[in-house]
Amino acid sequence: MMDTKNLLEQLLWGGGYLLLAPLAGGLLAGFDRILTARMQSRKGPPVLQPFYDVFKLLEKRGTVVNGFQNFYMICFLIFVMLTGVLFFSGGDLLLTIFALTVAGVFLVLGAYSTNSPYSTIGAERELLQMMAYEPMLLIVAIGMYLVTCSFQVRDIITFSAPIVYSLPAVFIGFIFILTIKFRKSPFDLSSSHHGHQEIVKGISTEFSGPTLALFEIAHWYENILLLGFVYLFFAAFGPVVAVVSSIVAYIIEIFIDNAYARLTWRFTVRASWTVAATFGVVNILVIALLK
Amino acid sequence: MSFLKKSPWILHYDGSSCNGCDIEVLACLTPLYDIERFGIINTGNPKHADVFLITGSVNEQNIPIIKRLYEQMPDPKVVVAVGICATSGGIFQECYNVKGGIDKVIPVDVYVPGCAARPEAIIDGVVQGLGVLEKKYAALKNKPSKTAA
Ligand code: SF4
Repeated sequence: MMDTKNLLEQLLWGGGYLLLAPLAGGLLAGFDRILTARMQSRKGPPVLQPFYDVFKLLEKRGTVVNGFQNFYMICFLIFVMLTGVLFFSGGDLLLTIFALTVAGVFLVLGAYSTNSPYSTIGAERELLQMMAYEPMLLIVAIGMYLVTCSFQVRDIITFSAPIVYSLPAVFIGFIFILTIKFRKSPFDLSSSHHGHQEIVKGISTEFSGPTLALFEIAHWYENILLLGFVYLFFAAFGPVVAVVSSIVAYIIEIFIDNAYARLTWRFTVRASWTVAATFGVVNILVIALLK
Repeated sequence: MSFLKKSPWILHYDGSSCNGCDIEVLACLTPLYDIERFGIINTGNPKHADVFLITGSVNEQNIPIIKRLYEQMPDPKVVVAVGICATSGGIFQECYNVKGGIDKVIPVDVYVPGCAARPEAIIDGVVQGLGVLEKKYAALKNKPSKTAA
């Protein structure tokens, strides 16, 4: 009896994520654009603008450079969705992180398959970015395991004490790599935020029309998943505080985005590894020793 | 009703302008005019663009470039010629290297005259272009797709 109830709950959460994450992600992106505009003392587009953009892209004729391109993009979207379902149905945190990496690899393959120099540079930079943020993501999972003795999201989320109290430095490190994952300045190396910059649009240069729409939708799914990670740190305070904390984390990212110019990939890798090695490892060592 | 009207992405190309019109185009992005209010984004990528905004006239060297940019833009698309140079060649018309207005090379949908064209006129031109875009989309929908996405 207990098992079927659990299963039903998992299905509900997973399905809920599949349906609601693009809505929430799109609204978040619209909110992001308005806030960014206000920070630059502009008015900004309507909050539904990201939806208009995606629907428009679906109406356009796509130009396909290579038949594999769309296959890889669909795989990318499916794996991002799968990752989110794993996470939101209370699955294994480590598995989530690995599935997210697989999704990233599909994106890189899609960009490589087009043979365009801009896409290739974008794909290479994406790989470097993955190299930069992956250690810190793993440290987040390890830290949560050390605190709660479980890799299962459903155990972590019901843990009695707020995890951010035990892992404050890990949380700061996670916010740092979140900038990379959200594709925000100063770490928007692989797909420059504005199209008229040195690598055009980098990894998404060659994707047009419906293919680009897939890329955008996958990005919305991914953003909601990442905010889910922030939620875990604050889960014990109750859902309201945790959701507000996630939104505040996102606003901080928007602020960072507007306040910095893009940095080089060398700096990105060096800085994120330094952060992982200091904030992450030290925090974990302290937790492990105090146990 | 399509969504093209609500999110036109612009590709801006400078033919051989004196830079006057380009500054006016970029002025549209500033807080004073803020074209992002209408969902307009200045993208530097022809494959993401819906509106091809050209300033300056066509010269012998940029003919292939203009053609290639135009061909790389996915359908439906419109071309807006900004400034009197892009419309007819303007004061550079008689130059040995100038071929004339943009319509000598690719079909132009909207002409925005002026030297330099004011930001208000440019925004107005783009908005008129959106009407054309809508019509082209309707025409495209009735035609069977050749390149299945
Ligand atoms: S129309 Fe006037 S301002 Fe515009 S490019 Fe020509 S000469 Fe310059």
